[in-house]
Amino acid sequence: MPLSAGKPRWYVRRVTVAEDELVAALRAGDEGAFRTVVREWNSSLLRVARIFTPSQAVAEEVVQETWLRVLGALDRFEGRSSLKTWVFRILVNTAKTRAQREGRTIPFSALQDAARVPEAAVDPSRFLPDDHPVHPGGWAVPPRSLPEERLLAAETRSVVAAAIEALPANQRAVISLRDVEGWSSDEVRNALELSEVNQRVLLHRARARVRQALEDYLAEDRA
Amino acid sequence: MIDVEALSCQELVELVTDYLEGALDERDIRAFERHLAGCDGCTEYVEQLRVTIRLVGTITPDDLTPAAEAALVQAFRGWRRSTS
Repeated sequence: MPLSAGKPRWYVRRVTVAEDELVAALRAGDEGAFRTVVREWNSSLLRVARIFTPSQAVAEEVVQETWLRVLGALDRFEGRSSLKTWVFRILVNTAKTRAQREGRTIPFSALQDAARVPEAAVDPSRFLPDDHPVHPGGWAVPPRSLPEERLLAAETRSVVAAAIEALPANQRAVISLRDVEGWSSDEVRNALELSEVNQRVLLHRARARVRQALEDYLAEDRA
Repeated sequence: MIDVEALSCQELVELVTDYLEGALDERDIRAFERHLAGCDGCTEYVEQLRVTIRLVGTITPDDLTPAAEAALVQAFRGWRRSTS
């Protein structure tokens, strides 16, 4: 067997088996299995729901409604996508239906058109102008190194958490799924029905904003 | 020395996630890495983005409130009764 093919295949099979078991347990009415999955996905479900909802309270209601729909449809789940993808698709539909019912319009750019609206990763004023004779587009104010010893402080972590909360909902959802929850880019694309490019654009903007918040915070004391 | 024809710093900072995700083609990877090799500002920027990703990974996802979980478990029991 070729060395490179071994591990991924085993990994995929293992996940699939675990998911079959999960679906069977839920269908059999296993409350422990239900609690586990509800806890495990709650944070991600809320972040995605927030893309389409005006408040955290409405997002929480959408998540509740999603689980009811999931239970109602569980017998019809055929395993053509992963359970997780299926649940998140139901969530997105539930959130959209609710927005429609309440007469709210979902911003056209919510998910699909991210790339069309430009947003710089770094403030353009930190670069030399395009007509600079020596170094067009080069750093005028380069980032200074971050103080290593403060990176792991609890306070730094709360700055990062606050920066994530302050992101636009679509960026917050993508960075939460990818970098907090550790989803693969394919999982995020499937669950949110995002193009590959849009997924990366949203992820990059989110990371760039959080990095900026980190730089601002850690530079404060040195100014 | 900086080659004006090559990638500028302002362009490079937009490509870091593409680079880390393996989404650049070979030619762009070479331009990206050649730029980094001669540019302290961009090397620092890429490093800070890596640090950011690592720190974001240490954030704990929000827990479900006990009330919300209780409501869901109630719903689950109701569903179980209705299907059995």
